[in-house]
Amino acid sequence: MRHWLARQRYLVDFTLAALLRRKGRNLMLLFIYTLVIFILASVIFFGSALRHEAKAVLKGAPEVTVQNLVMGRHAMAPPEWVEKLKKVRGARRIEGRLWGYFYDKANGANYTVMVPSRYDRKNALKDGETIIGAGLARVRDVRRIGHLFLLSPKGKLMKLKVKRILPETSELVSADLVLMSRGDFLRFFDLPENGGYTDIAMQVRNRNEVAKIVEKISKMLPTARVITREDVLRTYENVFSWREGVVLAMLSAALVAFAIFAFDKASGLSAEERREIGILKAVGWETSDILAMKLWEGGLVSLFAFIFGVAAAYAHVFLFDAGVLAPVLKGWSVLYPQFSLTPQVDRLQLATLAFVTVIPFTAATLVPIWKAAITDPDVVMR
Amino acid sequence: MIELKDVSKIYNEGRPNEVRAVTDVTLSIPAGRVTVFKGPSGSGKTTLLTLVGCLARPTEGRILLDGELISSLPERFMTEVRRRTFGFVFQRFNLIRGLSVLENVMIPAYPLGPDYRELKSRAMDLLARLKLDHKAKMKTEYLSGGESQRVAIARALINDPEWIIADEPTANLDSKLALQFLDEVRQLKETGKSIIITSHDDRIVNADVVDMVVEMEDGRIIGIEERNAS
Ligand SMILES: Nc1ncnc2c1ncn2[C@@H]1O[C@H](COP(=O)(O)OP(=O)(O)OP(=O)(O)O)[C@@H](O)[C@H]1O
Ligand SMILES: [Mg+2]
Repeated sequence: MRHWLARQRYLVDFTLAALLRRKGRNLMLLFIYTLVIFILASVIFFGSALRHEAKAVLKGAPEVTVQNLVMGRHAMAPPEWVEKLKKVRGARRIEGRLWGYFYDKANGANYTVMVPSRYDRKNALKDGETIIGAGLARVRDVRRIGHLFLLSPKGKLMKLKVKRILPETSELVSADLVLMSRGDFLRFFDLPENGGYTDIAMQVRNRNEVAKIVEKISKMLPTARVITREDVLRTYENVFSWREGVVLAMLSAALVAFAIFAFDKASGLSAEERREIGILKAVGWETSDILAMKLWEGGLVSLFAFIFGVAAAYAHVFLFDAGVLAPVLKGWSVLYPQFSLTPQVDRLQLATLAFVTVIPFTAATLVPIWKAAITDPDVVMR
Repeated sequence: MIELKDVSKIYNEGRPNEVRAVTDVTLSIPAGRVTVFKGPSGSGKTTLLTLVGCLARPTEGRILLDGELISSLPERFMTEVRRRTFGFVFQRFNLIRGLSVLENVMIPAYPLGPDYRELKSRAMDLLARLKLDHKAKMKTEYLSGGESQRVAIARALINDPEWIIADEPTANLDSKLALQFLDEVRQLKETGKSIIITSHDDRIVNADVVDMVVEMEDGRIIGIEERNAS
């Protein structure tokens, strides 16, 4: 064992010396390798962070949402609907919601304006007060000013005292959020007192009854569109999976190119390398010593590239808001100019990444070495 | 003692470019002596040397080392025998570029996993003996021809082999360095090493340190001259 360790130490020493000898070539290889890892890891980090966000969105979402459709378009739901829906057995916490989007010309960003739920005591608001998302707070420098000034769509100026800023645990949900009282909301969008609701949310007593309840509502309100949380979940999944799929397809192409590059590097075993293997064999190295040395080489290069690539990807996605990838991966990035993601690491995916890069790379390096290492060492005599 | 019995080496056997490099060689090479293979270019000297030194296997025939058959050992054991028994000084020295003189000398010992300090002091002793200790840290590509050869000799000696094998050792050296090489051969012989050299250099062939000259032509032995009969 001691002997084995000593031998490995010599092999590692030799490998490092060998790597340093061909600095230019190995740095180039390391750079490309790290770049591939960096891009793949960025996609992985980004994807899992977005999924995490989506989950957070859904956790707070009502189980069933009822919208009114007029000519196939989303319209305000009449107030009587709330009363009607209260009669549906199995439904609870039925509540008309008011929310809408607002394009802020000053910052070129979209905000979601919303009246907090009656059941959400923590965020209850009086007229003239607001609670806003962290992203918005950053843009508007609210922490210093303490107030939020909004110009309504009709041009009326509204001054709201910022009561609280939402925590950053999930920015996708809340970054652009502006909560205001019902009165302020109606004034801001210039809506009549009993003009109805954006939609109607409800919880369900027994999850297994969701389908039945949806059916009942559809019968009772023929113009209604009924959306369940499952539907939303599926849509999110589809959007993310699709985008991720596109990127991953592109990257597989990159990966193949990398594999070819690695293989080429490896199989284009230079005369110099071939001669060196011959020398090592001639002076008493076994084939297994040479393979072990090359394994160390592949392993060290891979390890280095992997650690650097992953670390750079982490910084890229979570510290620099995925500047390179964001436009491709999240279609709505325009709406979130100041959007940053909550760090989220999927270990299984990282392990997979290690598996699909390190192993092919090492194999690609090893195969030609193997061929050279099993030939007779008498080449060095020529 | 190394014995060769009806040894032949055919390259690319059965193909159009087949070459009979060595044909039916039977020979005994005594231990503790200096043996020279001489002959014109292409006569098979180097090939015979690779067979003797376990760098390649004969196509036919057997090779015995101290009575033990070594020519048909599995690859691992053959490497083992080579490492334990032979030290090589190649014609083009074959030092590894980019590594220091010291590292080059130590490389043959790496797979044995010796204690580093012990290995290093052994290597430094050898370099001192060959008057190269002051260049231990230098990269080998900056060495002169004579220095390169002495590094190659130090490398050949690091595992303390019984046999030293040198292919055309003076082909790249001027007269002064050739004499110096012969001096080193003499010292090795005095320490009890067995030495085999291929050469068509008369300075070597006629040197008085040589005990036996094997003359080759077209892969066959055409004459054996024994000197310094003891
Ligand atoms: N690996 C090989 N494949 C094919 N033919 C070879 C190989 N090695 C040597 N030969 C041929 O075998 C013959 C003997 O070569 P060898 O190198 O043993 O001669 P040599 O006596 O050492 O010549 P020199 O004095 O020029 O070094 C030559 O014809 C050579 O072309
Ligand atoms: Mg030759």
